[in-house]
Amino acid sequence: MKVHEYQAKEIFAKHGVAVPKGRVASTPAEARAIAEELGGKVVVKAQIHAGGRGKGRLVNEDETSSMYENLTNDPDNYSGQVVGDRVGGVRLANSVDEAEQAADAILGKFLVSIQTGTAGKLVKNVLVEEQSAVANEMYLAIIMDGVEAAPLIMASTEGGQEIEEVARRDPDAIVRIPVNPAAGYESYISRTLANRLGLSGQQAVDLGVLVQSLYDASLANDASQAEINPLVVTEDGRVIALDAKFSVDDNALFRHEEVAEMRDKDEEDPLEVLAGDLGVSNFIKLDGNIGCIVNGAGLAMATMDTIKLAGGEPANFLDIGTVNDPQRVVNAIRVISEDPSVEAILVNIFGGMARVDIIAQGVIDAEKQLGLKVPVVMRLVGTNLAEGEKLLEDAGLDVIRAEGLGEAAEKVVAAAG
Amino acid sequence: MSVLLNENTRLIVQGIGTEGANHMRRSISYGTNVVGAIHPRRGGEEQDGVPIFSTVDSAVRETGANVSIIFVPAPFAADAILEAAAAELPVVICITEGIPVADMVRVKHALSSSESMLIGPNCPGVITPSDNARAGIMPGDIFLPGRVGVVSRSGTLVYEVVAQLTAEGIGQSTCIGVGGDPIIGTTQKQAVQLLNEDPETDAIVLVGEIGGSAEQDAALYIQEHVQKPVVAFIAGATAPPGRRMGHAGAIISGDDGKAENKKQALAAAGAVVSDSPAEIGSTMAELLESKGIR
Repeated sequence: MKVHEYQAKEIFAKHGVAVPKGRVASTPAEARAIAEELGGKVVVKAQIHAGGRGKGRLVNEDETSSMYENLTNDPDNYSGQVVGDRVGGVRLANSVDEAEQAADAILGKFLVSIQTGTAGKLVKNVLVEEQSAVANEMYLAIIMDGVEAAPLIMASTEGGQEIEEVARRDPDAIVRIPVNPAAGYESYISRTLANRLGLSGQQAVDLGVLVQSLYDASLANDASQAEINPLVVTEDGRVIALDAKFSVDDNALFRHEEVAEMRDKDEEDPLEVLAGDLGVSNFIKLDGNIGCIVNGAGLAMATMDTIKLAGGEPANFLDIGTVNDPQRVVNAIRVISEDPSVEAILVNIFGGMARVDIIAQGVIDAEKQLGLKVPVVMRLVGTNLAEGEKLLEDAGLDVIRAEGLGEAAEKVVAAAG
Repeated sequence: MSVLLNENTRLIVQGIGTEGANHMRRSISYGTNVVGAIHPRRGGEEQDGVPIFSTVDSAVRETGANVSIIFVPAPFAADAILEAAAAELPVVICITEGIPVADMVRVKHALSSSESMLIGPNCPGVITPSDNARAGIMPGDIFLPGRVGVVSRSGTLVYEVVAQLTAEGIGQSTCIGVGGDPIIGTTQKQAVQLLNEDPETDAIVLVGEIGGSAEQDAALYIQEHVQKPVVAFIAGATAPPGRRMGHAGAIISGDDGKAENKKQALAAAGAVVSDSPAEIGSTMAELLESKGIR
């Protein structure tokens, strides 16, 4: 689960990571008040999860997809796009008036950047911060790394740009230090990083405190990723986190209520939120026309692959898991049917933990409760198959049956037309 | 002999809630020797005729158990794995899904100095059909005793592959679900190595997924050490990058994570890569025939 920049900075500050002074505002008046407290010279930053905010465009809801096309086709060219007050989700303001105007231009608009997708993101909050005169930009991140099975600290002198780009261009420009999980953070890590980043004296000491604080913040919150890009040295010599990204392991949210409450559902796909609310987790919206209901993540991916090989496009990924209640199947069909592009649904169940009869009952109930609006192809194998077959037969349900995975994919692609 | 499970398997079950108890019964009816169940507050009772112990330590001392299967809920699963390792069980199989990554970092580190071999977590378990040994959640009736080993990150894809093999008349030696999490005990490479060194396994099916680089590690091992025929499939060729496809490990974040790169590495290592998950069984049948193994 991702949190907003302002939330990440609150978490960082709590653990001793140096961040610019500032607070979040949801109205222009609030932004003005914060700017006043900070002495007038501030930066106003739109709070959305996607990156590329500074070069983004602020538009109305009905303009987002055409703007996204413009941006992705020609990111540097302003002509044919909006200009002036609608450009940029991160703005410098040199007075309280300018701060209020910047907040007014940003709040309530949709910010479209190369990372937001066609729908853009509604900006509900801005972070108002003191301006920092930057002498030097660096990169710092701590990720929980599956390959190393350890927290991994990554740093680079090449800050302020996409780190994936840096990695491609010059892998040696990134310092990677795994932290031994039993020993934890040791001072040599600070010394090594300062040396590799070219910092000395008080700045090396400050960097060490910042990295160790970030490490503490990560471990204390089960972070999967904590990223500071850029990490800067200011002209007056301070080492601070100018930007902040923080995401937490979903599996560990049960022990971090405070972070779990930071979830912003508006940042997620509405269909995925509906699915989650209906108890259909592990649903991911895709762009095709064939809905999929499958048990098991691996089989769900393989089913998508088979549909593609048969000439179709999956409309979603869904691992329905071990179903004990037919209503979950009804809900899954309801979520999939909300997507207007869906022209056929494939139900592919290999019963192990999951029982075929419960799935069959779910499809029968869905017909009763919702009416099946598109053709449904069912491929059922495994636990309680005979009971499931009987239920379908007794209900006289009009579904297309298939024996094998390949056959099922071909039939559903044909059914979708 | 087969690997991990055999006729000498003495299984205990940690976590006998609804699913644990259900699958313990299914293992018993499959013919597996289940010698104990663990429940911290029900020691001394019985569950379906199986004695319950309050600790793994007491179960091992009293029954001589040598394999444990874990159904303990995610918040407590790391503790359960470490308890099994502390009791020096040679094989520990963890079915539990959704264990926090930080917990698995701790477990993986602790197990590096342990003799216990962890399979999983977030896996369907292990089955050796010839010895009726089932330590997992798979439907037993699709398996056929034989000489092809299966390694898979996904549970339901084990079933899919096995159903195809069985339909072709090709039996299985041992099927190992290594698990879908980013940090797992036994990697695909290690599982392939077990099957490669098993005299009762003639050929191997390797089912991978997008994300991470475990398939590339397995490919390197196959290239250097495996003479047995290998059929491979990678799920998730159509998955969008950056999204977590159900399994926490199934997220493409670098070039190694892409299906295409994994397929290329495995093909270069000499494996026959099936593009369609519906053709894994027939691909193995053709390969075995071309090698004169069947």
